[in-house]
Amino acid sequence: MAALLAGGVLLTACGSGGDGPGGGGGRAKSGGTLTFAVGSDAGCVDPHQVGSNDTIYSLRQVVDSLTDQDPKTGKIVPWLAKSWDINADATEFTFHLRPGVTFSDGSELTAQVVKDNFDAVPELGALGTLAQGYLSGVKSTRVVDPLTVKVTFEKPNAQFIQATSTHSLGIESSASVRRTPQQKCSEGVIGSGPFVLKQYVQNQSITLAKRTGYDWGSSLWSKQGEAYLDKLVFKVVPEAGVRTGSLQSGQVDAISSVAKADEAALKGGQATLQSRANPGVVFGLGINNALPVLKDTKVRQALVSALDRQQIADTVYPSGTRPATSVLSHTTPVHTDLSPDLAHDAAKAKSLLDAAGWKAGGDGIRAKDGKKLRLAISWFPNAATNQPTLELVQQQLKAVGIDVVLKQLQVSQFTATLQEGQFDLIWGNVTRADPDILRNSFSTELANVYQLPPSPLDDVLARQAAATDVAERRQLVGEAQKLLVRNAYYVPVVELQTQLGVSTKVHDLDFDSGSRIHLHDTWIG
Amino acid sequence: MGRYVLKRLAQAVGVLWAAYTVSFLVLDFLPGDPVTAMAGAGMDSGQVDPAQVEALRHEYGFDKPVLAQYADYLGRAVRGDFGDAVSTGRPVTATLGDALPQTLQLTVTALLLAVVLGGGLAVVATYTARRWLRQLLLSLPPLGVSVPTFWVGLLLVDAFSFRLHWFPAFGNDGPRGLVLPALTLAVPTGALVAQVLAKSLLTALDQAYVETARAKGAGRWRIHLRHALRNASLPALTVVGLLVGQLVAGSVVVETVFSRDGLGRVTAAAVTSQDIPVVQGVVVFGALIFVAANLLVDLVYPLLDPRIVVASGRRASTV
Repeated sequence: MAALLAGGVLLTACGSGGDGPGGGGGRAKSGGTLTFAVGSDAGCVDPHQVGSNDTIYSLRQVVDSLTDQDPKTGKIVPWLAKSWDINADATEFTFHLRPGVTFSDGSELTAQVVKDNFDAVPELGALGTLAQGYLSGVKSTRVVDPLTVKVTFEKPNAQFIQATSTHSLGIESSASVRRTPQQKCSEGVIGSGPFVLKQYVQNQSITLAKRTGYDWGSSLWSKQGEAYLDKLVFKVVPEAGVRTGSLQSGQVDAISSVAKADEAALKGGQATLQSRANPGVVFGLGINNALPVLKDTKVRQALVSALDRQQIADTVYPSGTRPATSVLSHTTPVHTDLSPDLAHDAAKAKSLLDAAGWKAGGDGIRAKDGKKLRLAISWFPNAATNQPTLELVQQQLKAVGIDVVLKQLQVSQFTATLQEGQFDLIWGNVTRADPDILRNSFSTELANVYQLPPSPLDDVLARQAAATDVAERRQLVGEAQKLLVRNAYYVPVVELQTQLGVSTKVHDLDFDSGSRIHLHDTWIG
Repeated sequence: MGRYVLKRLAQAVGVLWAAYTVSFLVLDFLPGDPVTAMAGAGMDSGQVDPAQVEALRHEYGFDKPVLAQYADYLGRAVRGDFGDAVSTGRPVTATLGDALPQTLQLTVTALLLAVVLGGGLAVVATYTARRWLRQLLLSLPPLGVSVPTFWVGLLLVDAFSFRLHWFPAFGNDGPRGLVLPALTLAVPTGALVAQVLAKSLLTALDQAYVETARAKGAGRWRIHLRHALRNASLPALTVVGLLVGQLVAGSVVVETVFSRDGLGRVTAAAVTSQDIPVVQGVVVFGALIFVAANLLVDLVYPLLDPRIVVASGRRASTV
């Protein structure tokens, strides 16, 4: 299973600086510095704690993971673990580690190091939301022998194998894991990755240098051994216009978060746009299913039919952004295309509302028993596209007789608003390359922030979490998507598309399965 | 004089306390706190265990009653300890101390540019005999005051960095990187200097002593610079406090546009993440600079103009 013989096309790495500039763009070469301008700084350089893409771009290069996930197929493949066994009900995961892996502090990767990591992550609590979520319900992590480690969960947890491929469960050295969360945030971590964290200046830059002697890359990478690039510099440039201009004028080699407005400036120049939809739950309206008005399936279905997703994607989002075709985006493994169910049909929306007893009034707003059909959408300014999207949504819903009020809240209120259920509709998304995110978001056995009623959906979601067979899981997750869309427990709207601007002299800068990047194979020439 | 200084110092302390208290109350009224801000803003943040958030809140002391928090913070602040930044765990004083040199570099350069350019403009505008030139020059300061700083910054970056490649568009590296940000920050500041100085120069040129000097046969330049400018710069000095405030506030915008490290960036980041200890530190520090600048101006006045007498805590103002 550990077929690590992937990239056969290799060339001798060191000091091939002899070629003339630009000579033969097709031949990969070593050396050089990649300067990457990102929009923000998470204020922390610990992959276990950080969830923001702009910072993950750099931190992903510092740590390796037990597994990797093929962005094309969603398949989990070897990385630090050369193989693994999962028991029948997905409660026990045994990893067989690759020998000879060392961290940049010289220590060796052993089963104990993995245990130290997985023991420390749950301790992070709210500081490491993503990482500790992946390990929730963990019973124990046991060292079987120096290179074998076994993780046991209380309940079936099929998502865990995908979780081991994420940066959030990237493996840090034991000494690194023992530091306090604050120390790791400001001083950084020790990983075994193809690059080493050299310097972190808050709000300013993150500098990485190539790890010499690196020889345990993911089985997905085409180059074996060390990375091509000598140095990576991530500059924090908050102004979108300055990022775009810096890329055009050659001051940086790549930039993050290219918005629709900046596309025109970059097209046809010395840069290309690279985009990929984020896997996970698409941008949409989370419904408070316990609200009397929204308990009525017909009203929820009317919301689904009233929206013109294509118009929203075309008007507000980067070119190529797809309207939602399910609760999950199309890059999520086992996504099921349900576009017929999500077609724009204002007539259908109106007749559904008529049937639910909401009759059109003189001012165009529907009413029932003297009460107007008025819904508030809570939203947070955490993406520039939110407001224009919701203004369109507001218009589209008004066209079928639903009055929508937009309620802007502080980003820091997000968690509380969700947990306390203080919303009619709430705008958001979740990035995750495993369909178990559906169970996290919609099972009534967990937090159930959308207050769904108990239904057969719970059983389907629980069964997919225990399904180790790919075909069986595909069938169950497909079933769950249908139940969610047809009962309209969530209103899917549009996929989130990550868009980068990359100089034409940069080659092989590729997205990983989470629509973040790996820079081991990247070269400049 | 001694009593006067003491009284002014007491006032300064009062201003600092007021700034601290008001900012504390404003931050307290804001919904959410740094801990909820940390828990993230994805739909998956609904999965965060409320008990864990509460534990974190307890660790930082945000679960105490407001008055207790206030007393606690104030007690430590008096001793110069503003606590640790919530987002990084570093002491607030160290965070500000690291950022200060960058901002000082920027603001001092901008202030020099502002005085030279703004002052120069005022002198030339009031000296020139050509009506159209005077009109043109005098219309510049109101323009400089009213255009948004970030827009000026973006224009300068576009012209001198993206098109001409003379200066870098971002970062703190070396004097070359300082030119565009300092120039941007100098525009509103210089405009203010020019506005005030031009007005008082015109007033001064109408005074009797100018007539006297002219009658004695002094040249136009000599009258303009030696007599009028000297007297006209006093009113300009009164706006120094205002300028310092403008520079500090402007650095938030300029440092963000040019991606520079400094107090402005620290402030912007702290406000977004509701990092209360850092915001408090910045507010007190900003107030301190403001108060110090004004105090300094008041104390320097009598040295520049002997007509101003400081006696028993009252300043007889002439201007």
